[in-house]
Amino acid sequence: MSTAELVKQHLIDPGICIRCNTCEETCPVKAITHDSRNYVVKAEVCNDCRACVPPCPTGAIDNWFPIAPGKPYTLEEQYAWDELPAAAPVATAVGEPDDVARLTSAATAGQGGPVAAPWSAEKPAVNLYNERGPITATVSGNFRLTGEGASADIRHIVLDFGGVHFPLLEGQNIGIVPPGTDAQGRPHHVRLYSVASPRDGERPGYHNCALTVKRVTEDHEKKPVKGVCSNYLCDLKKGDKVQVIGPFGANFLMPNHPGSSLMMICTGTGSAPMRAMTERRRRRIDLKEGGSLMLFFGARAPDELPYFGPLMKLPKEFIDINFAFSRVPGQPKQYVQDRIRERHDDVWRRLNDADCYIYLCGLKGMEKGVDEAFRDVCRRHGGDWDKLLPQLREKSRYHVETY
Amino acid sequence: MSIDYSQKIPNNVDLASNKTLQRALEHWQPAYLDWWNEMGPDKTTTAEVYLRTAISVDPSGWAHFDYVRMPDYRWGIFLAPQEAGRVVNFGEHKGQAAWQEVPGEYRSTLRRIIVTQGDTEPASVEQQRHLGMTCPSLYDMRNLFQVNVEEGRHLWAMVYLLHAHFGRDGREEGEALLERRSGDADNPRILTAFNEKTPDWLSFFMFTFITDRDGKFQLAALAESGFDPLSRTCRFMLTEEAHHLFVGESGISRIIQRTCEVMAQHKTDDPAKLRAMGVIDLPTLQKYLNFHYSVTSDLYGAEISSNAASFYTNGLKGRYEETKLGDDHRLDSAEYPVMEVVGDRIITKHVPALTALNERLRDDWVKDVQGGIDRWNKVPEKLGIPFRFALPHKGFHRKIGIFGELHLSPEGKVISEAEWTHKHRDWLPTEEDRAFVQSLMGRVAEPGKFANWISPPARGINNQPVDFEYVRFN
Repeated sequence: MSTAELVKQHLIDPGICIRCNTCEETCPVKAITHDSRNYVVKAEVCNDCRACVPPCPTGAIDNWFPIAPGKPYTLEEQYAWDELPAAAPVATAVGEPDDVARLTSAATAGQGGPVAAPWSAEKPAVNLYNERGPITATVSGNFRLTGEGASADIRHIVLDFGGVHFPLLEGQNIGIVPPGTDAQGRPHHVRLYSVASPRDGERPGYHNCALTVKRVTEDHEKKPVKGVCSNYLCDLKKGDKVQVIGPFGANFLMPNHPGSSLMMICTGTGSAPMRAMTERRRRRIDLKEGGSLMLFFGARAPDELPYFGPLMKLPKEFIDINFAFSRVPGQPKQYVQDRIRERHDDVWRRLNDADCYIYLCGLKGMEKGVDEAFRDVCRRHGGDWDKLLPQLREKSRYHVETY
Repeated sequence: MSIDYSQKIPNNVDLASNKTLQRALEHWQPAYLDWWNEMGPDKTTTAEVYLRTAISVDPSGWAHFDYVRMPDYRWGIFLAPQEAGRVVNFGEHKGQAAWQEVPGEYRSTLRRIIVTQGDTEPASVEQQRHLGMTCPSLYDMRNLFQVNVEEGRHLWAMVYLLHAHFGRDGREEGEALLERRSGDADNPRILTAFNEKTPDWLSFFMFTFITDRDGKFQLAALAESGFDPLSRTCRFMLTEEAHHLFVGESGISRIIQRTCEVMAQHKTDDPAKLRAMGVIDLPTLQKYLNFHYSVTSDLYGAEISSNAASFYTNGLKGRYEETKLGDDHRLDSAEYPVMEVVGDRIITKHVPALTALNERLRDDWVKDVQGGIDRWNKVPEKLGIPFRFALPHKGFHRKIGIFGELHLSPEGKVISEAEWTHKHRDWLPTEEDRAFVQSLMGRVAEPGKFANWISPPARGINNQPVDFEYVRFN
């Protein structure tokens, strides 16, 4: 693969490796080589097929390190190591499960694959727990976010990890494997949920996180169907135990540097990462780090919009909120793309602000409309969206997760 | 080709299509199980062990992990996939198509090679059969049993070749492999090192680090063979052998780690004090290293060997990584440096490379062992302890070859019989040393607990946690 897009590098732990040559012998694309000291992986050749993993007798082969985008460790660096660099972010104890890779790939397909995290993003820990070794969380709260009369049942679920290490950043996902088996007797597939709480937890000082879960009662074609995992989660009671895997996601992360701005566009439960990022910024408001927040948030009606109440209480100078409701009686249907067009001056300014990072999360259907809206904004200001978008991607300023 | 587990004998060689061979091996199978029950790991028949079993020989399928009772382990016949158009890569037949059947003129030589290799496999199981009773942890116990069942499978691999290609002689050899016993006065195993005792876990780790590494190099040389079934068999065995080397290297490294931690904590390098604290002092580890290294070195045979030369010329046994070497692969005029003793001086002379193939393979092995020693030395280095392990001279404590009749110090000085008698207790484990190590051997079989003299590993097996229940007792 091209190393320009590489965000996780396959590395061999020289402190554990016994130099048996099995991996080099096994690798179907000849990505592994060695000198008299170390066995190393050529980042530009490795295609992440993992054929080398089961035959490795030591487990030394099983490391995927998050790296600065396009900046893999060179062979010379790897040859010089006695152990993996201590300064590197948390190593992946296990590889990313196939289910997770598939979901991530689908979520970012619309924009042509994942975009590297912003340069100033905190280094994420990923893949600490997998299906063979999940972490058990305890439900410490489960609240309905949508109004009693609303058709959608969207819930705010708080999970507590007790004293166990489970670091999470805003924009990362956790995986839930519903208990039981499907009709064919196989274990259910893992489902990914973006965390709705900031890195220091739903409640600072408590080791917990929040999820925004919509009870699925119909499929994409509006046919009635009972979502296995969402119903499982929405029915959880305080004190129930949940098996959690992850964390996952090393791309859809917020910038950390002072002066950085966010433009967030979401619908429905796509608001989860936006809530996490907003809450992160809100808790740091007194630090006066600069930068602005702009939110475009779409839902059918105000009482179906998760976090509507708390959002309304945020100061105007802290966040510029733009709601779009598509099912309010007596009002024309409004979508987030309409609001983006209305706010074209401010949107255009942010598109051209090197410190503004853009996040899009929600249903797949919103992607096209938002893309068209940005195209219109550009046209109106003499710009070219088709030229701008690749630049935004290259600078890690445009992140999409849709489902 | 995937492995057919529906058969009595799992295999990827389409055994069902050769009824005669299938019957012969099915006849051998109960005898093998009798041998396993008599000479395999002691008192373990009901224990469920978290073992890897190959379900196919491609990378995705050959490390399948599950709990298995060892007598139920699916020993079988697994060959690496056939390479289309493979040729003999060295010797006088270089360039000819690799042989799928044994050439008549090499029949007895090849049989001898296969029997000698095959004999080491059950021998090591016999040597290690009591170790389960004194394991330092469940993790280590599981690793021991993994090594044992795979040595058993390596015996299967060699017996398959004997049955499939050597007719009645082969079947008789197959039976004899189950009849010899390690250390037996009347019917011992073929090679001396495989009649030595493996009385404690330190010896086991040294054995897997050093002697199984000889296995690696012998298998690698045989994997180059012009006799294709032997080559394919050895190639798959090599992937299994790697785990055995890991068990040894990491085992010793964890012992060093533990000792160095205690040394750093109590600021002492006094062996008596360290022993009193229940860890193995580093000089004792060095002595064990000297012993296993020198005994194993003898397995390569004499430095100059006409047998080795003919094995090579005839295309039966190649050099380590033969096909990666850039020369004529015939060695008609090449030379190789070999040591010679003149008076009390050791000099290097150049001899025809063809006659020095044993020495060459030994040198490849020495280099590989040295790499492991260098990695061990990082442990004291990191903890600020000045001790460093070193390999003794190649001529130290040898019984075979040019040094066989001499005494050398670990530094390589030729010394008198009197000096050897006076000094060898400083260089090789004494009865007291062995008794001390033996005194530490108590069974630790609670998940996540480790004996005091060894550190936990950095990682568990198959990404399981270190405190995983690697062996379940019923």
